[in-house]
Amino acid sequence: MESLNLWWTDLLSGNAIFTANTLEFYWNGLTTTVQLVFLSLVIGLLLAVPLAIGRGSKRRWIKLPIYAYTYVFRGTPLLIQLYLVYYGVVFFEGIQESMFWPIFRDAFYPALMAFTLNTAAYTTEIFHGAIKNTAKGEIEAARAYGMSKRLMLRRIVLPSAFRRALPAYGNEVIFMLHASAVASVVTIMDLTGAAYYVYARFYAPFQAFIFVALVYLCLTFTIMFAFRQLERRLLAHLRPRES
Amino acid sequence: MNQRPTSLRPTGALLNSAMLNSAMLAGALLGGVLVSAPVSAQEDVRFGIDVPYEPFVVRGADGELSGFEIDLGNELCQRAELECSWVEQGWDGIIPGLLARKYDAILSSMAITPERERQVLFSLPYYNTPSVWITARDRDIDISDRESLDGLTVGVQRGTIRDVYVTEKYSDVLDIQRYGSSQDVVNDLQAGRLDLTFEDFPLAVEGIDFRDDDSPYKQLGDTIKTPTSIFGEGAAIAFRQRDEDLAEQFNAAICEVYADGTFDALMEEYFDYDLSVRPSDADCAEYR
Repeated sequence: MESLNLWWTDLLSGNAIFTANTLEFYWNGLTTTVQLVFLSLVIGLLLAVPLAIGRGSKRRWIKLPIYAYTYVFRGTPLLIQLYLVYYGVVFFEGIQESMFWPIFRDAFYPALMAFTLNTAAYTTEIFHGAIKNTAKGEIEAARAYGMSKRLMLRRIVLPSAFRRALPAYGNEVIFMLHASAVASVVTIMDLTGAAYYVYARFYAPFQAFIFVALVYLCLTFTIMFAFRQLERRLLAHLRPRES
Repeated sequence: MNQRPTSLRPTGALLNSAMLNSAMLAGALLGGVLVSAPVSAQEDVRFGIDVPYEPFVVRGADGELSGFEIDLGNELCQRAELECSWVEQGWDGIIPGLLARKYDAILSSMAITPERERQVLFSLPYYNTPSVWITARDRDIDISDRESLDGLTVGVQRGTIRDVYVTEKYSDVLDIQRYGSSQDVVNDLQAGRLDLTFEDFPLAVEGIDFRDDDSPYKQLGDTIKTPTSIFGEGAAIAFRQRDEDLAEQFNAAICEVYADGTFDALMEEYFDYDLSVRPSDADCAEYR
């Protein structure tokens, strides 16, 4: 115990890397990562609901474009999509003079756009699968009540589909958090960007990245916990009865 | 990605300690027999060099080595009244090769670093590549006026000496964007996302069109090689620690070629920018 204590104080006093300055870098990285992931998930979710409904449509001109979109965005790496949105967009003639340039000039919005489109594609497929799996009996019962299609969708199909999609969507949220690490390649100082910076500054890859890995772990744990609570509430009817 | 981001080679193979130990053991054993045999005028000095490294050294179609460092090395040998020959050696094994006596000195764009100084003895530096500020030709930026730089965005390659320089000197006024590769910096400069870049001069010559009067980019201010605490002292000839006399001979020769203009003439033959690191009078005082 004595030696452990000694080792510990030794480690802390001899530490030149985790100063207030670098911790501030990590903190700013954390807020950037959380902002980026949270915003892209919220916008992606809002996009995914109508897209998932359209994806199950019988009309080909609605169904096929959405299928093409999800196919392309799920079929290519996020890094490539990010490169295309960030570096590719500048090759459009006249973009620098257009009203969109203030948005594309910054690295944050191109990254947000790539992440949103990516997560929307995955979420669309998750919701589409859940909607397709709605029990026939529920739909028949809704019809028997004389519900219109719109009302049935709102009251029966979507609520039960969301519940069923919840575990898969929880995974998507965690994947998105981890995938956001690629944001640092377009100069965004997210958590990974901060780790790269500390690594390059102090030539200490192990300390820089192990620390950031722990931060990601904490974030993942928080997300997992939140979804566990949500599932407990929303999927209570699926749990075995407690006597 | 980019194996040699600057014409100075910033990192080298570190000797593993087993190798070092056996080299020292061998040295100790030999030392008893050849008690620091002085390298006299009759003997060759063999230079180890990593080929090719344009324009510092290349092997021509005729099989002969040529280039800036070959010419410079031969010139220095002449001044030191030594016969010189060249030995090719891959970069990874270049310090072990010196310690194993495959050659007597390394003249191969080796940057002086504290890690290397523990293993070898460096001469005075003979060149260092400068860094340069670059912006679009139509921009009106005065790099010496700190106030006017406020809010501008500069792009640098992450973890390089240029990154360290702008971070230490300009992080209060400039917005610093760090990139994984030099190519990405050039992309965003061309895209108009960056107002400025601070780049290694030889790399900038390759990647950015900024040297003609009608080129889309231009150089701002002078090229920068100081402070040496950031940019390093430059490339030097490396000797074995015990060959102090030999190192002194070459130091004197380096002072001489700088003093009489031979270095500048040679530099102009191969480069159209300044990579000289003129030794101070104090450094050269003892060789007069």
